[in-house]
Amino acid sequence: MVATSRDEVSGKLVDVDHGLISREIFVSDDIYQQEQEQVFARAWLFIGHEAQIPKPGDYFVSSMGEESVILCRDREGQVHAFLNSCMHRGMKVCRYDEGNTPVFTCPYHGWSFATDGKLVGVPYFKDAYHQELDKSKWGLIEVPQVHNYKGGIWATWDESAPPFLDYIGGFRLYLDLLMDGWDGSEGGTEVFGGVEKWLVPSNWKFPAENFIGDRYHNISHRSVDMVGIGPSGTGRRDTNERAGSRFLDVSFPERGHGTVMALRPADAPMPQAYQDLPVLSEYFRHCEEEKKRKDAQLWRLLGGPGTVFPNMSYLPRQPRSIAVWHPRGVNKTEVWRWFLVDAKAPQEVKDYLRHYYIRYSGPGGLTEQDDMENWNYAHSASSGVIARRYAYNYEMGLGYGTPNYENDGLKLPGLILDSTEAKAAEQNQRGFYRRWAEFMDAEDWGGLANWRNGSGHEWRGGEYFG
Amino acid sequence: MANPDEAIARLLLQDEVERFLFAEAELLDDRQYEEWLELLEDDIRYWMPMRRNVKFGELEREFTREGQDINWFDEGKDTLTRRVNQILTGVHWAEEPLSRICHIVSNVQVLDAQPSMSDPSEVSVRCRFIIYRNRVETETDFLVGKREELLRKAEGGWKIARRKIVLDQNVLLAKNLTFFF
Repeated sequence: MVATSRDEVSGKLVDVDHGLISREIFVSDDIYQQEQEQVFARAWLFIGHEAQIPKPGDYFVSSMGEESVILCRDREGQVHAFLNSCMHRGMKVCRYDEGNTPVFTCPYHGWSFATDGKLVGVPYFKDAYHQELDKSKWGLIEVPQVHNYKGGIWATWDESAPPFLDYIGGFRLYLDLLMDGWDGSEGGTEVFGGVEKWLVPSNWKFPAENFIGDRYHNISHRSVDMVGIGPSGTGRRDTNERAGSRFLDVSFPERGHGTVMALRPADAPMPQAYQDLPVLSEYFRHCEEEKKRKDAQLWRLLGGPGTVFPNMSYLPRQPRSIAVWHPRGVNKTEVWRWFLVDAKAPQEVKDYLRHYYIRYSGPGGLTEQDDMENWNYAHSASSGVIARRYAYNYEMGLGYGTPNYENDGLKLPGLILDSTEAKAAEQNQRGFYRRWAEFMDAEDWGGLANWRNGSGHEWRGGEYFG
Repeated sequence: MANPDEAIARLLLQDEVERFLFAEAELLDDRQYEEWLELLEDDIRYWMPMRRNVKFGELEREFTREGQDINWFDEGKDTLTRRVNQILTGVHWAEEPLSRICHIVSNVQVLDAQPSMSDPSEVSVRCRFIIYRNRVETETDFLVGKREELLRKAEGGWKIARRKIVLDQNVLLAKNLTFFF
């Protein structure tokens, strides 16, 4: 296609006010290249879980956009992220997936770097460099901002990006449904060993928007619902725990994040859920009671799928996992999936959930297999010169959200669309693409943190956080 | 030189095991999934670990652990049966239309037979596989690796009691694993 100047993106390609989004943003190589700079070099990205690097010297090789980064813990216990490329001639200094090491030694010319990034070894430093090389200037390139939020490690290449908690804003309430214990205690998750990594022939935005709140694609999962893999033996999930709930699509268009949630009535009974195994139903009943005791209003929230802009998606309960959609070309996405569980859950509960997670998710998962088929062929059928002329439709529920949602004394942050009767809406996808267009247009973070100066919308709603 | 009776017993068992594995592959490639399920013991363990790149000397961490970590597969007959039933719904879009699949099973080695080669009730086998999958128009995957099996003698022939699948990939290059190894 003809090269697209950045200022054309929001006006011509992303028209969320009319629910129209050009296929070009999914299939154009030119736009894909711009995204690497405009989106992935500036946004906060999920790179791992602290449980993967508990000890000094532990490392996990992760990815930010297309690039390899080393997430590691130095000798003093400090967590860092570094570009995985030698400062001398660019060789990848670490080609293992994870491990423990005192130094990263480049296999090309032997420069070695400590786990705090400092250049500590240079062959022929005395003879060839005459001791004149200033080693303090040639350490590994460090990702300037890294934040550990309840065990999840996030990072951004942009020094001027707002701190992580400001980037997340009021969405934190919903992200906590993933990162806090099922009993409402703070943090306390661990990840199972093994990060699933696989390639999907599709643009990264298809899965990101699918997870942000596509409740419309039930037909995709009809086969798994028929055979039943859920934790009570039927369906793909156990829906008992959300019986009688309102369904809320929650969007933060000024930030790009979104999720779908169930909101139980204040007088909802304790659900009979997770019935496959006595120890499992026992654990979840205990967690429910504990959570309700801590905060009866917050207990009403049951998290569903969500996406933190741009490419971290998650499921907080069934199955509890984090996926990152790494861009690997306009029509190639490398998916990484971590699986989380309460560290303090009994071993039998962990075992059961691990099996459930595996049969639900990833390339072997009975549910996710069908999603990937959709993303694959939606992409390829949108690539032609004729197909590209026709925008996708995102009109569903246009204009039905409210920034001041309240239900039975519970005020919730975000732009909220009650989709209980409608069954589905595309508000969250519109919020995601509105934000994407802002990233594509803006010169720098000065034009992206608009909630700070009051010139942009702040769909924070409510006063729950005071 | 080995006892000729023992050598013949080994040869016959080798032939029997190969014929069993080839017939099994035939059922899968011929999409006779329910008949294939009948070859699985009720207590079958079907395990396919993921593989990490690890430093020399730390190879014990190369594979994710059965029963502890996330694996590509770590399941029994119940889940395998659901996989078959899912394909048979006709609305499992990742297998609708059905893939064209060819299993090539080779390098079959009988490692052990209990209680004996001449009258075995359990056999440990190692082999190589190539799975060619082509679907819809041009979508094609090659999956190459090793299998380790435990076969158990049952009424009317052999059954599979355990299968470990070692795929020679790190990042899985196929978008899904909707088929059987």
